[in-house]
Order: sequence, then C-alpha cells, then structure tokens
Amino acid sequence: MNEGSGALQLVLSGDPALYNIVRLSLVVSLSAVALAALIGMPLGGLVALTRFPGRALLIVILNAFMGLPPVVVGLAVFLLLSRSGPLGSFGLLFTPTAMVIAQAVLITPIIAALTRQSVEDLWVEYRDELNAMGVKPFARLITLLYDARVALVTVLLAGFGRAAAEVGAVMIVGGNINGFTRVMTTSIALETSKGDLPLAMGLGLILITIVFAINASAWGLRLYAERRIG
Amino acid sequence: MSDLPIKLSHVSFSAAATPILRGIDLVLRAGAPTFLMGPNGSGKTTLLRFLMGLMTPTSGTIEWNGSHDPAPRRRAMVFQHPVLLRRSVAANLLYALEQAGIEKSQQDKNCTQLLELVGLVDLADRPARRLSGGERQKLAFARALARSPELLILDEPTASLDPSATLAIEQLIARAADEGIKIVIASHDLGQARRLAGDIVFLHRGQILETTSAVSFFQRAQTEQAEKFLRGDLIIER
Repeated sequence: MNEGSGALQLVLSGDPALYNIVRLSLVVSLSAVALAALIGMPLGGLVALTRFPGRALLIVILNAFMGLPPVVVGLAVFLLLSRSGPLGSFGLLFTPTAMVIAQAVLITPIIAALTRQSVEDLWVEYRDELNAMGVKPFARLITLLYDARVALVTVLLAGFGRAAAEVGAVMIVGGNINGFTRVMTTSIALETSKGDLPLAMGLGLILITIVFAINASAWGLRLYAERRIG
Repeated sequence: MSDLPIKLSHVSFSAAATPILRGIDLVLRAGAPTFLMGPNGSGKTTLLRFLMGLMTPTSGTIEWNGSHDPAPRRRAMVFQHPVLLRRSVAANLLYALEQAGIEKSQQDKNCTQLLELVGLVDLADRPARRLSGGERQKLAFARALARSPELLILDEPTASLDPSATLAIEQLIARAADEGIKIVIASHDLGQARRLAGDIVFLHRGQILETTSAVSFFQRAQTEQAEKFLRGDLIIER
C-alpha cells in the first residue's frame, strides 16, 4: 500500500523528470503513428485496389507482421543504424529519432493491413457507383480512404496502442538514457528491476490513463462521426 | 463526345455456367424512354450493367457510338439500391460534378440547381446516409444528372418507394425525358411503363422476346410470355 500512495504522490507532485519521460513517450509514439500512417495507409489502400502477382503473399506478410515482436524490430533497426550498419553514418542510434523509426517499423504493417481491410470492404460497396461515375484509379484511392475515415481512426488507435505499450524496440535502439531517450515503458522496466516500485507504478498509472483517454476520445469521435456521417 | 447509339451484338453472359443473357441484339438510340420489362431473373439488371459498361459479356460485343471503350462519357446510372458517399447531401453532388469534369467555378451553382430540382435544398447539409428511401433515390437521381448525361439508366427506380415518392421520381424521369435525355428503365411495374414508356424491350429467361413501341406492346403483345406478363400471371423462372 505504501508504494501505491507513493506512486500517487509522485504523479500529483508534477516532478519535472517524470513529466519529461511522459512527454518523450508521447512525442515518440505519436510521431511513429504519423510516420506509419503516412506510409501504411496509402500502401494498404493500394494493395486493396490493385491486382498484381504476389498480392496474396503481400497480404499474408502484412497480416503476419502485425504481430512482429518489438525486440526483433528493435534488433533489426539497431543493426541498420549501428555505426557499422548501412545507415550508421547518420548517427541516429540511441536518439529519439531511432525510437520513432523502430516504432514506425513495428506499426506500419498494422496500419497497412487494417487499412487494406477497411478500404477493400468499402470498395466492394462503392465499386459500381464509382465506376458509373467514371472515377479514375487515383481519385478512387483518395475517395475510399476519405470515406473510410471513421474506421481509419480506429486503425490509428490500434497503431498508437501498440507503439505506446511496447518496451523492447525503444529499449534496444534508444538505450533508455536518462533525460534523453527514457520513455515510460523503459523506465517502468528499469525502476521495477531496481526496486523503485512507486516510480514504476506511478508511470504505469500515467501510461494507462493516457491510453484510456486517447481511446475514450477516439470512441467519442467515432460516435459523433457515425451520427454526422452515417 | 456521345455515348449513343449503343449497339449490342450477340451479347451473352453466363455466371458459373448458368446463362443469364443469351444472344442479345439491341440498338438504343436517342428518343422516348425505353422500358426493359420482364419477370425477376429475366436478365434486366444484367443488361443494364452491360449498357453502363460495368461488366464484360462472356461473348458478343458492345459499342458506344462506335467505340468499345466502356468508360462512361455522357451516361449515368441510378442503381436499385443507390450507394451514397459518407458525406453530406451537397458533398455527394459536388463529388459527382467534380468527377464529371465540371469546372470548379460552376460546381456550386450546378449543385444548388440540382438540389432545387429534386427538392432536397433543405437537406443539403444532412449526412446522405441518413436520408429516407425516397430522399436517397432523389439524391441518386440528382447525382446521375450531375453528369449531364444524354443516356440515363435506371434500375427499378421506384421499387421500394411509397406512392408520393414514386410520383416525385416519375415526374423527374418525365422531365429528364422531355429535356432530351434518353432514359432506359428496368421495371416490372406495368402502370409505370404505361405512364412513361416510349418503347418496350421484353425479356424472358435472358432473351429478348419483343422489341416494340409501348402502344403496340400494351395493345397486342406478340408472344405468349408477354401476354401472360401483361395479364399479371405469375411467370415462374427456371
């Protein structure tokens, strides 16, 4: 119980070090979601609307990669960014940028695979009408992504949830450097192993609250949109 | 660039070895509304989809003003169950205007005119997917007119509407026909055909049995199946 009240005090005290950790977590995960959406949504839409050899294989790969283990992604990005790796010259390893890249790699397949499913379902519904209106392929993609917007909010949420919750990838490529690359999940892991349970629990509390708040507002947005858009 | 006349030569279509249409020869020219009539399953909707260029026949050819390119130029279709975009009523029309290549500066004006024509001005900002059945059909009709078509293809446009909504749609159809738009309607509503049709194409089991003026079709049908259809007998398809 002592740890519990300690955790609460820590959260409420507004400790600047703690809030820096929270801020970095949000910046890294939201940037990763933005980057992954920029790649994953057009990719998913394209796969949904085009037919090419190997399409079925690509869909299976995307679906399978939804469950990529974060530590494996971390390792792969680590090898790419390390001094001797192909992208080593950029000096990105152990920076927040590296963490964004690793999380984006982790969740791009999630966003692409779920987007493909949403767009493909909508295409079945819209196909005749869009063809009858003579809609060209590129406009078709934009139309379907836009009209699937309510579903795509949920897709973004799935990506954010995955990014915000993972430890392995950011730990490996970020290095959990105090004040620089330390985020909520890596400090929880560290503080727990050090035995500083109040800090670990406080961070856990904040993490859950943030995830809850984001999901609640997305759900509200969805209800509102369904009423507005139909 | 015109889409008319449309010429179908020996068009057949089978789905999973079941013949849907068999040896269709048909030429559609500008003029009074053409009604495709026949019982359910006679191939009316499939034939409309060919006219619109949404499907490729198993055999035979379709020409739009001599071209084999199925991309719609001056034709539009209202489906039996129109799918409206997940946007406002006005946005649905603006989308169709944009896709039809109407200039940006003209789009707002055309949109307002179309809303006035079908009586949906007050609902312009409503989400289209929240409209009632009759309102949906009106919006789908307006959306088809947004393409300023010379051929308008309608699949059972009033099948699930109440009498007042049916009347409104029939008035829109009559008005469009008066303005010189060629109308092709699939319907098994004999009353509607009497009110609107210029000529009749009677389909039965995927074949055209009669192509004739509406007057002579209703006075004296040439085939036994059409006679039965006119009498209101149940024609069971096998």
